[in-house]
Amino acid sequence: MERRQLARQLSAIENGELQVVKTEGLIVAITGPPGVGKSCLVDGILHRLAPKYKVAVLAIDPTSPISGGALLGDRIRLSVLDDAEKSDSIYVRSIATRSSSGSMPSIVSDLANHLLASNFDLVIIETVGAGQSEMRCAAIANRIIVVEGPSRGDGVQAEKAGLLELADLIVVNKSDLEGASKVVNDLTVSLTLTNDAPPIILASATEGVGLDELSEKILSLEERVSSRRARVRQQLLMTHENVLVRNPAFETIIDRMSEEGLSIEDALREFDE
Amino acid sequence: MGARQRIVIAKPGLDGHDRGAKVVARALRDGGHEVIYTGLRRTPDQIVRTVMDEDARFVGLSSLSGAHSHLFPKVCNLLREAGLDDVVVFGGGIIPEGDRSQLFDAGVRAIFGPGTPSTEILEFVEFASGRNCGVGSQDEWHWGE
Repeated sequence: MERRQLARQLSAIENGELQVVKTEGLIVAITGPPGVGKSCLVDGILHRLAPKYKVAVLAIDPTSPISGGALLGDRIRLSVLDDAEKSDSIYVRSIATRSSSGSMPSIVSDLANHLLASNFDLVIIETVGAGQSEMRCAAIANRIIVVEGPSRGDGVQAEKAGLLELADLIVVNKSDLEGASKVVNDLTVSLTLTNDAPPIILASATEGVGLDELSEKILSLEERVSSRRARVRQQLLMTHENVLVRNPAFETIIDRMSEEGLSIEDALREFDE
Repeated sequence: MGARQRIVIAKPGLDGHDRGAKVVARALRDGGHEVIYTGLRRTPDQIVRTVMDEDARFVGLSSLSGAHSHLFPKVCNLLREAGLDDVVVFGGGIIPEGDRSQLFDAGVRAIFGPGTPSTEILEFVEFASGRNCGVGSQDEWHWGE
């Protein structure tokens, strides 16, 4: 398909002007804390999958809760876009979270499905730098890769509940820095207590370590059975939130709450009407 | 405040720093727009590809190295060749007064030099988004004439 037409269609979807049918296909979320190397890993993966595979990337950055604007800077790390032989089979779109409450706007689901329907073999969603409890990506992606890095706290971090439990694959990035293999150890020990522990890859996006293995695995990732209930839960929560966020009165009611002191109870009543 | 626009801020050519481009990107962000920043040392082809893929309505080019007379018209031409006629082009950086009319002729709709208040750039975006002044239009208007 023509790139420009595709770009316009995605805008129309984002602005609620085009309906999308659900399509079967691989949607992989790459998530993890800010600065852990998600964009650089995506670059490494794209270098290895293109041009053999057609890959689309939806790179999400936060919208300012104050101005409604956003600075979208994920493309800067994607050196693969400078490679003339590969860039034609790659499509990258920067997405702002807009009025969504979390780090994953629900519209991303429609965008990803449309890309799959437009003959992309794989859609990668690069999330906003996410915390331990940011699990909304599970509602949209059918595979989740969690990226971790060294020096992010002690071994207890690996034991904590949350995002790690949903990972179909864990990448410990920055293997060139001290402490990365200790993180792998902590995670491995923690995961031995789980029935279906996900594989762990030690990688360095800057030095090219582990990227071949990661790119190979990404195409044949198994879904963790134990995370299925959590996925459905996230889908339900997202759908429920949509009813609120997509209400045309949403922004006006927020203005009235902040400026005129409209109470939460009254605001909810107005949404119901 | 005007409607939210998608705006690419790009650094064509071999400049060494991008403080100015980042300040403009930040001002547009704070004005409620979605700004896609390309990073340093982009070619005109890469910039046009970014504008196309991101479905941006505006592209702001920043140049400090003196190559604007070559690079800005090149971007305008490539945008037209790609059929992106409705994209509005503006520029900034160190652009001598004497070079500007040639850039306006090429399709650039505004040049913002050092000291431009960020509110003026926002006013330009709001005004230009309501006017048919994309790089492919016959309109000879430019900001501040």
